[in-house]
Amino acid sequence: MIVAGKKPFAEINEMVKDHKKIMIAGCGTCVAVCMAGGEKEVELLASQLRLARKKDGKEVEIVEATVTRQCDREYMEPILDQARECDAVISMACGVGIQYLSDLIEEIPMYPGVNTRFIGTNESEGVWLERCMMCGNCVLGETGGICPIAICAKGLLNGPCGGTNKGKCEVSPDKDCAWTLIYNRLEKQGKLDNIREIFPPKKYSLHVNPITQVNPAYQHAQMEEHHG
Amino acid sequence: MAKFKEALNSGKFVVTAEVGPPKGTDITETLEHIDLIKDKVDGINSTDNQSSVMRISSLATCVLIKQRGGEPILQMTCRDRNRMGLESDLLGANVLGIDNVLCLTGDYVTVGDHLDAKPVFDLDSVQLVQAVRMMEAGKDLGGNELNAPVKFCCGAIVTPESDPIEPQLMKYEKKVKAGIEFVQTQAIYDIENFKKFMQYARKVNGDVKILAGIVLLTGAGMAKYMNANVPGIVVPDALIEELKSAEKGKAVQKGIEIAGRMIKQIKDEKICDGVHIMAIGREGVVPDILAAAGL
Repeated sequence: MIVAGKKPFAEINEMVKDHKKIMIAGCGTCVAVCMAGGEKEVELLASQLRLARKKDGKEVEIVEATVTRQCDREYMEPILDQARECDAVISMACGVGIQYLSDLIEEIPMYPGVNTRFIGTNESEGVWLERCMMCGNCVLGETGGICPIAICAKGLLNGPCGGTNKGKCEVSPDKDCAWTLIYNRLEKQGKLDNIREIFPPKKYSLHVNPITQVNPAYQHAQMEEHHG
Repeated sequence: MAKFKEALNSGKFVVTAEVGPPKGTDITETLEHIDLIKDKVDGINSTDNQSSVMRISSLATCVLIKQRGGEPILQMTCRDRNRMGLESDLLGANVLGIDNVLCLTGDYVTVGDHLDAKPVFDLDSVQLVQAVRMMEAGKDLGGNELNAPVKFCCGAIVTPESDPIEPQLMKYEKKVKAGIEFVQTQAIYDIENFKKFMQYARKVNGDVKILAGIVLLTGAGMAKYMNANVPGIVVPDALIEELKSAEKGKAVQKGIEIAGRMIKQIKDEKICDGVHIMAIGREGVVPDILAAAGL
């Protein structure tokens, strides 16, 4: 899932200070699960904004709207008319949803309500861990299902650096050393030979952003559209 | 053949030391340190933004070492340059008369003084060794021909006290496979433990020359600090006690004595092929360490 964290309220308040009718658009998928931008967070932000304006003696009208997914046009359609009646929108979706909603209501200023962090997993209550850097060239089959690119701070492909420390990383004792994890897991599987050969340098040509991904079944159709 | 490579091949006990380039353009002290040690060692490493602290570049400092008549060893980390930057600096170093390169990963950016800088790590240390060897065969990492190849004596590092040691050794074997000629180890203090590493290393490849890393201890406080904060460095309690026993203001003297004693033991017992002395911030005392070692 995509993991995000709420932006500090003061930052949001400053961004929208000149707007009088604001939609706060939540997203019911990833950011709801990681408690950054779902219905509850929309409600909370709305109350905070109302209180802050009241304190400053300024008026504000707030429209709360949470859709199932902001990265899907069909879920967005029902709120677009309402959004167009506002003079600003704060989207609490991930960076994808924020941009997509903005594309659909280009004339309305759009502000982010969250900082989008990474894709990862829920490790324990309230704690998420980055798991994948979306490099486009997956090596998990060789590395025991543990990603050296995402889990190693340096993204090293050929083993630990000299900063590895009793299973932890030189960057912080809170971070595991990916290569200690990989080594231990492959040892358990009897698959250490997987990592004895030298991995070649990463292919960054696979990740020239923004990347497009086309399902092979649709490739022909897309080419026709492009070339008439 | 380059001077350092010749020393490695001669069978003599090889000694290298390092200088840490300064932050800023005043190189007075750096030149003093180079002049003090250049005729006493077989090679002088120039560190590459050591500890992720921005300083004069390793390449520029190697040129200074060369100009003063020393034999420079270019330290190259993968932290600050992508493969193009590294390769082009390798070409540049070679035409400026720098014949030795030490390939390292590099510390992570956030342990240093530019916390918000972009960490690169396009290559890792093993792949950097491979890049050097490819460029010696006349091609760059893009598969393109060079109009003339490079020629380097190429080395890497290893941390014999790494915990756990197995993944570290697996990486060491990859460095050997990639074609290193020499190794300068992370600091060692437990010589018996180091002997075990040497037995292993000789078995992996007896041709790779190994220089034991000697980091000058400047006091019990520094030793304890390293034990607590520097991965892969273990200063035994006995040495800490010895440093504590030094008269007030004489702890550095004691550290010099310890370093000298260790070097002498390594040489006398032929434990490895030489030593690499790191007198971090006190490069001026390297001659005293050598004297204490009877060199």
